[in-house]
Amino acid sequence: MSIDETDRQIIQATQAGLPLVSEPYQAVAEQLGLSAQAVMLHIAEMQQTGVIRRIAAVPNHYKLGYRYNGMTVWDVDDSYVDELGQKVAKLPFVSHCYQRPRHWPDWPYNLFAMVHGKVEADAEQQIAIIAELLGEQAHRHEVLYSTKILKKTGLRIGG
Amino acid sequence: MDAIDKAIVNRLQQGFPICASPYQRVAEELSLPEAELLSRLQAMLADGVLSRFGPMYHAEQMGGALTLAALKVPDERFDEVTEIVNAFPEVAHNYARNHLLNMWFVLATEKPEQVQSVIAEIERQTGLPVYNMPKISEYFVGLQLEA
Repeated sequence: MSIDETDRQIIQATQAGLPLVSEPYQAVAEQLGLSAQAVMLHIAEMQQTGVIRRIAAVPNHYKLGYRYNGMTVWDVDDSYVDELGQKVAKLPFVSHCYQRPRHWPDWPYNLFAMVHGKVEADAEQQIAIIAELLGEQAHRHEVLYSTKILKKTGLRIGG
Repeated sequence: MDAIDKAIVNRLQQGFPICASPYQRVAEELSLPEAELLSRLQAMLADGVLSRFGPMYHAEQMGGALTLAALKVPDERFDEVTEIVNAFPEVAHNYARNHLLNMWFVLATEKPEQVQSVIAEIERQTGLPVYNMPKISEYFVGLQLEA
């Protein structure tokens, strides 16, 4: 997938956020010297091709009351990781699930799944469910709770 | 946050229309005046309830790259290293976590080769090795957090 120069300008104009005015696409269009129609068309195309996942609000987990945001990491056999990853991702409380490379010797984990709880017991219960699902296929695991959001701006491309 | 704020957050995590007056359309769905939707959104962004509102861009789909990386930061250097890492515009997110690998950040770059150069520059400026963990596979999830 690639983006054209107009897409690039629209990305730069909206990467910090969509204007909070009645006609936000018109506002972006005026800023860039385009028509609102052209801006909407480019945005719709980028959404179609996945350059834009969606146009949406990104909440701060803590402010919604989710204080226990755990990155659970598991060491499973590489030959089973896809099958297990797909199962874990289907759990209703898992927000992200990835296979990532190990870094021997200090990082033996290859399966990552994010869980979110308002109280510690909720997160612990979710982790127990993942542990049960993985069973003996998981040789070991750890949970890394976030203790602070240091930055959360999303993608920024340069001018 | 009251019930109206929660309804707005839940509705706006799902997506937003592309039309001339999209706030008006969402406001109608929520049975709110458009001006109230806009002022509540403004307030939630100012309070940090929302980190942002707008198009969520996907670096890989635009021909760039994305990776998760971690650092083992000595406690006494944590603030200094946070400042160094956060100063890079390519650092999209950064979280402190309770582990020896205590700083975890996402790099989102417009060009794939920038991942390696940013990592090298972070290593140079911090003097710490970066553990690069680009995804090998992504398993589909669709969860949104209920407010």
